[in-house]
Amino acid sequence: MARIDLVELAHSYTGAADDPASFALKPTSMTWRQGGAYALLGPSGCGKTTLLNIISGIVKPSRGKVLFDGRDVMALTTQQRNIAQVFQFPVIYDTMTVGENLAFPLRNRGMPRAEIETRVRQIAELLDLVPHLGRKASRLTADAKQKISLGRGLVRADVAAVLFDEPLTVIDPALKWELRSKLKVLHRDLDLTMIYVTHDQTEALTFADTVVVMHEGSVVQTGTPEELFLRPDHTFVGYFIGSPGMNVLPAEVQGRQARIAGHVLRLDRTYCGLPAGARVELGIRPEFVRLAKPAPGLLGAKVERIDDLGRSRFAHVRVGDLRIAAGVPRGPAIGQEAALVFEPARIHVYADQRRVEGAA
Amino acid sequence: MEKIPNQKAWLLVLPVFAIVAFSAVIPLMTVVNYSVQDTFGNNKFFWNGVGWYQELLDPATELGGRFFASLWRNLAFSAIVLTIEIPLGILVALAMPREGWGVAFSLVVLALPLLIPWNVVGTIWQIFGRSDIGLMGWAINRLGFDYNYVANPIDAWLTIIVMDVWHWSSLVALLCYAGLKSIPDAYYQAASIDGASRWAVFKAIQLPKMRHVLVIAALLRFMDSFMIYTEPFVVTGGGPGNSTTFISIELVKLALGQFDLGKAAAMSLVYMLIIIIVCWVFFTVMTNAGQDRRPAGGEP
Repeated sequence: MARIDLVELAHSYTGAADDPASFALKPTSMTWRQGGAYALLGPSGCGKTTLLNIISGIVKPSRGKVLFDGRDVMALTTQQRNIAQVFQFPVIYDTMTVGENLAFPLRNRGMPRAEIETRVRQIAELLDLVPHLGRKASRLTADAKQKISLGRGLVRADVAAVLFDEPLTVIDPALKWELRSKLKVLHRDLDLTMIYVTHDQTEALTFADTVVVMHEGSVVQTGTPEELFLRPDHTFVGYFIGSPGMNVLPAEVQGRQARIAGHVLRLDRTYCGLPAGARVELGIRPEFVRLAKPAPGLLGAKVERIDDLGRSRFAHVRVGDLRIAAGVPRGPAIGQEAALVFEPARIHVYADQRRVEGAA
Repeated sequence: MEKIPNQKAWLLVLPVFAIVAFSAVIPLMTVVNYSVQDTFGNNKFFWNGVGWYQELLDPATELGGRFFASLWRNLAFSAIVLTIEIPLGILVALAMPREGWGVAFSLVVLALPLLIPWNVVGTIWQIFGRSDIGLMGWAINRLGFDYNYVANPIDAWLTIIVMDVWHWSSLVALLCYAGLKSIPDAYYQAASIDGASRWAVFKAIQLPKMRHVLVIAALLRFMDSFMIYTEPFVVTGGGPGNSTTFISIELVKLALGQFDLGKAAAMSLVYMLIIIIVCWVFFTVMTNAGQDRRPAGGEP
């Protein structure tokens, strides 16, 4: 159990530490609270697994250091760091039974036999592995094997943190839900720091209380699921989280006014001194754009497609060259003319993809 | 759709039948044929029934005595060679580099002994071990040990065993190396996270993953060592006395030296049967070792 600090961490797999373009992980500093449930969210190749492997000590970073409770652990091995990690694909010890697999990390650390037994029993109960305890692990299904891997990650009570590297990839969808909620329960019960790497936003948002979104090797936003939804700091976050993603529209912004496709929108806040030459965009989630009947003073649009997601419906409309998604309760037909109503308080302004804070 | 009977297919497999017949069935049947007859000069054959087999399997007779003596020598040789080469091969494979220039280098070095023809291997060690001009034999004698493989049966055995280990441990090492290379990195990472010691990693990951290649290695080495002929023949010629006369050497003496085709044929058939049976037992035992035979998915 520990607080984990990353200090100016960067990594390049090509070993060119002085060439920032080659960095799989760009210089990153952050703190993981003791007992937090974190998700590292991002598309494949964004550096999240690299970051995870640096924390566990599997990968030596080209630059920077990792502190556990303020203590530099760069010189320590994975084993000495006392980290548990669960990998994407099940790793099981073929010749051992399920029980022996679960006991393996404890036995290696010389825990008394009786304690091992209670602990293994506990974890097995939690993961529904009790009926399989005496069976050879190699004979189980991929699901069950991954449960064993999860179990081995959770069996030690004294770990500094448990790291999950997309652990539910091989598990079937129904079981995914169940395991995820179990992990959450476990997190509450055990007071462990958990870091969960995934590219699935639902997984990240349901598991974590803090989500760290990564994009092209750097962390673009850290926050609660709500913050990520309501105030994306980066257009990538807006686009990656939420479905459909945030509308990002090229615009000209001056003071309290924004101009998109020749139409003037009133903003809630004043934006002065946007960096000259920066690419200015407006971001607004489809949930806060409403489709209305065409009327003077509203931005006219043409309906191209309607997505019915069951609980909500979204219209994809076209304004000049722009495509915008907007919430729509019922109606309009495809091809119909419509107008868009924006909720001014929900419009964010981005300069070069980063959110700009407006003045009241 | 109705199937049209077309016997032309037989024509297409005919070449295979012909090749197998000439390469295996006919020669084998010739041997079976010899084994139930007695030969004299001038191509005269007399029916002898199972007489040769009875004599062969009775240690009290001259033929049986020779057969059993060489059979025990063969078994002892195979057992010794396997117990040295398998662990040694595993150790070498574990010590080999996983990446970098060292991989190609060690693979080439290991492959070298395997590329040398059997009789050349024999010649190399025959000279290498001589106490007058051989580097090894001379050096051992200079160190104060009385070593002479021509006169001393123990020295002869040692020479042949060391030669076989030198010749064939690479094969085991290469097979094990291939097995080790197929283990994904995640296993080592997980083991390191689980706090496994070097020995635990070997026992829990490396050895189980090498099991299949080890079966193959053990089978190959058993068959090869059990059928060994050329190298001991070149080095010791089966001597001193009969101390390194293996079944194959005995067979050649019988068939070509004494021209006792019937006895030799019976002996070679029994020899072949032993090899097949031992391999089958090996294979069955090793592929089933440590397996959970309960059906997958069911309750225990």
